[in-house]
Amino acid sequence: MQILLKKTMYSLFRRSVIPLTRTTGLRTLCTQAVEPGSKEHIEKLVKNKQVVVFMKGTPDKPMCGFSNAVVQLMTFHGVEKYESYNVLEDDTLRQGIKAYSNWPTIPQVYMNGEFIGGCDIMLDMHKNGDLIEELGKVGIRSAVLDMEKNKE
Amino acid sequence: MSIVYTSEYLEQKLKSELDAKVVKVEDMSDGCGAKFSCLVVSKKFEGMPLLARHRLVNTVLAKELETIHAFSQKSLTEEQYEKQKDSL
Repeated sequence: MQILLKKTMYSLFRRSVIPLTRTTGLRTLCTQAVEPGSKEHIEKLVKNKQVVVFMKGTPDKPMCGFSNAVVQLMTFHGVEKYESYNVLEDDTLRQGIKAYSNWPTIPQVYMNGEFIGGCDIMLDMHKNGDLIEELGKVGIRSAVLDMEKNKE
Repeated sequence: MSIVYTSEYLEQKLKSELDAKVVKVEDMSDGCGAKFSCLVVSKKFEGMPLLARHRLVNTVLAKELETIHAFSQKSLTEEQYEKQKDSL
């Protein structure tokens, strides 16, 4: 669904770009368009969102072991609705998110606009139970809690 | 042509800048120098949350991490290391 939406947006964008470049010139257009790697844009992507993951590939098809690990963690904790952005599709976003978070690697996880960590930190938080708490802070009940209940 | 870093180089740098007791850097890239996994044991991590520890290591290797694209780290205090070392 998300991919489909993106594709539609791209084609819409393309359609509107062609006449604009002819009339106003590329330079004007570039300064007007929203830069995907800009601080303002990224802030909009993460602000007031429960969980956002910047990753290589998509949750259906992760393109890196670390990104895959984060997706698996989300599934394990029953986090179904989270937004993900594929940095391999957009190098400005890839560089932009590194600068925004002051964090050199991908994946990166945000909760409620706050940078939580990369893969190592997520795995550690999963192991020590902090992830359950952190998800709880943004109003998500980890599925792990129900697993424990079922055991009792 | 990007610079290729070795495990030894990274170990040396982490050890001196973080006054680390133990540093183990493993090259997981089969030699291309783009994927590393490291363990750092330092007193400097005491009282620091995990995110801050990782940020500290990232800061020491800021220049190197521009070309290393996969970097996994475990940052422990000396006390944590003593407790965990057998299972590491």
